Amino acid sequence: MRSRPFASVVAEHGSLVLGVLTRLVGRHDAEDCWQETFLAALRAYPSLDEGANVRAWLVTIAHHKAIDHHRARARRPAAGAPDGDAPSDGPAPPVPDADDELWAAVARLPPKQRLAVTYRYLADLPYRTIAGLLGGTEAAARQNVRAGLRTLRLEVHP
Amino acid sequence: MTPTPIPLAHRLARSTATGAADTAARQAELARRAAAAGLLDVAVATVDSPLGPLLVAATEAGLVRLAFTAVEDPDAVLARLARAVSPRILTAPARLDDTRRQLDEYFARRRRRFELTVDLQLARGFRARVLDVARDIGYGTTATYRQVAARAGNPAAVRAAGRALGANPVPIVVPCHRVLRSDGALGGYAGGLPAKVALLALERDAA
Repeated sequence: MRSRPFASVVAEHGSLVLGVLTRLVGRHDAEDCWQETFLAALRAYPSLDEGANVRAWLVTIAHHKAIDHHRARARRPAAGAPDGDAPSDGPAPPVPDADDELWAAVARLPPKQRLAVTYRYLADLPYRTIAGLLGGTEAAARQNVRAGLRTLRLEVHP
Repeated sequence: MTPTPIPLAHRLARSTATGAADTAARQAELARRAAAAGLLDVAVATVDSPLGPLLVAATEAGLVRLAFTAVEDPDAVLARLARAVSPRILTAPARLDDTRRQLDEYFARRRRRFELTVDLQLARGFRARVLDVARDIGYGTTATYRQVAARAGNPAAVRAAGRALGANPVPIVVPCHRVLRSDGALGGYAGGLPAKVALLALERDAA
């Protein structure tokens, strides 16, 4: 994409990507993942189609950086390393230091539901894109969102 | 009274707020990593001046753009840079530190010659020659459009010289403000005539 300076992409989407990464890897590690996400985006930016959905593109990059992060943590012999290596497996991120009980409940959801809810509502991605990131069908993505919301409604005060 | 509950979907859509200081630090770190990776094609910063905030931009080859944001829309300036040079543009004050310092010194009348590397990729051919001629016009002195056209190799191309100076991508540093009409009138200035008057007055009073 040549018509918009990358600086405006950072200004417009930086906050959202940080929020998404916080849900995926927790507050502390979100900063480093944010840097890696935007550096990778900067590298690929001139090749991006003019009409592309920049937000979805960035969240996709962030998703893969979060997976890399979980895999790197799993390889380190630290306590709590998960067994699974599938794309959306990974330890539930440490509860972020936000005071919001809602996001604490989201953090406790099973990985695919946590991702689906985050991508549907925080990142506002279409179901087709969410399905691609989760590695399943659109129907499965919708089911993960529904199941996640059901749990949240039971656990969180209105 | 029970407050109306906010739908869950709306609550989930709200992103955590991030402070301005955090944002600036995050952007500065990104600029640092981009430069280290050789991806910082264009670094931009804003320099305060008596003529209002100046948008300055530099490639690795040097200062490529200076714009008077009081009269030129910064978004339009950056969009043109994205198309003409590269869209890999980031706010990165570090690369512009020397430019900022020298501009400060110039406005404080402590500097008469800029010792900055200028990237004139946005000017070609006759335009580039015109700007080279302008760079040789000394502090506190002036030349006419006619003289500049002649020194650039085409004495008849007075209007073209005027247009080339008007399109100068790095005013102040390349001192197109020192070019006047033969009858003594000001001519034009992309930064606005008040800026041209102010620059000439600054240099005249210091000389």
